Amino acid sequence: MNLDATFAALADPTRRAILARLAEGEATVMELAQPFAISQPAISKHLKVLEHAGLISVGHDRQRRPRKLEAAALAEANAWLERYRQFWEASYERLDDLLETMQREQAGKPSKKDRK
Amino acid sequence: MAVEVTLPSDREVRVKRAFKAPRTLVWDAHTKPELVKQWLTGPPGWSMPVCEIDLRVGGAYRYRWRNEADGSEFGSSGIHREVALLERIVTSERMEGFQGEAVNTLVLSEANGVTTLVLTMDFGSKEARDGAVATGMTDGMEMSYQRLDALAAGRA
Repeated sequence: MNLDATFAALADPTRRAILARLAEGEATVMELAQPFAISQPAISKHLKVLEHAGLISVGHDRQRRPRKLEAAALAEANAWLERYRQFWEASYERLDDLLETMQREQAGKPSKKDRK
Repeated sequence: MAVEVTLPSDREVRVKRAFKAPRTLVWDAHTKPELVKQWLTGPPGWSMPVCEIDLRVGGAYRYRWRNEADGSEFGSSGIHREVALLERIVTSERMEGFQGEAVNTLVLSEANGVTTLVLTMDFGSKEARDGAVATGMTDGMEMSYQRLDALAAGRA
């Protein structure tokens, strides 16, 4: 699996929306194009990127050629970064606490953190 | 306010996070050793006994972490390449037990009392990046800290 292709594919909001739609079940190119204000060729281009990344595949129906989600590929990509993400999340949660303390000290009263 | 992790290129990892605090404080928390030591403590069970920061272009920094349970240590150090007050810091970084050098770019911006942090780490090669990400940034640290079974499964 090519993780770079996967993450490049996931970096685009239209492609993420397509994946979200396919998570509900397979769909044809036309069905996928419908909710977006872009042309069918443009959608096809996005689908190619997703297919290249192994995130979707073409279903068996030769006439409709429905696209379907390859959930395992998506899960693998997520797992790879998840640990790294967790490391930073834990660090930044400690930083949140520190920043809150700093703001309280700066304000000299505990209500500062509630101010926006 | 969850951390967003993306891979902007073959060699890089980018971490993005918003903080409900003014930029001046987020800046201080990244540049004043007594503050950095309070949050950049590594995985659970580790502390940061050494944090030295000479915040000038060409100035060095040195971090050391210690596993409180077994006393093992891990360090990283580097040089400040760019320092733009409250906005941007570029550092080189060498991690103990690792070949090569990473370049880290920290960018802070503030809007409506929320500070957004974007940290981009360029590991110099795809292999170095994949290795660093796979082991949770701090390879040596994590290796001695816990087994990497789950991780190996994730990379297969």
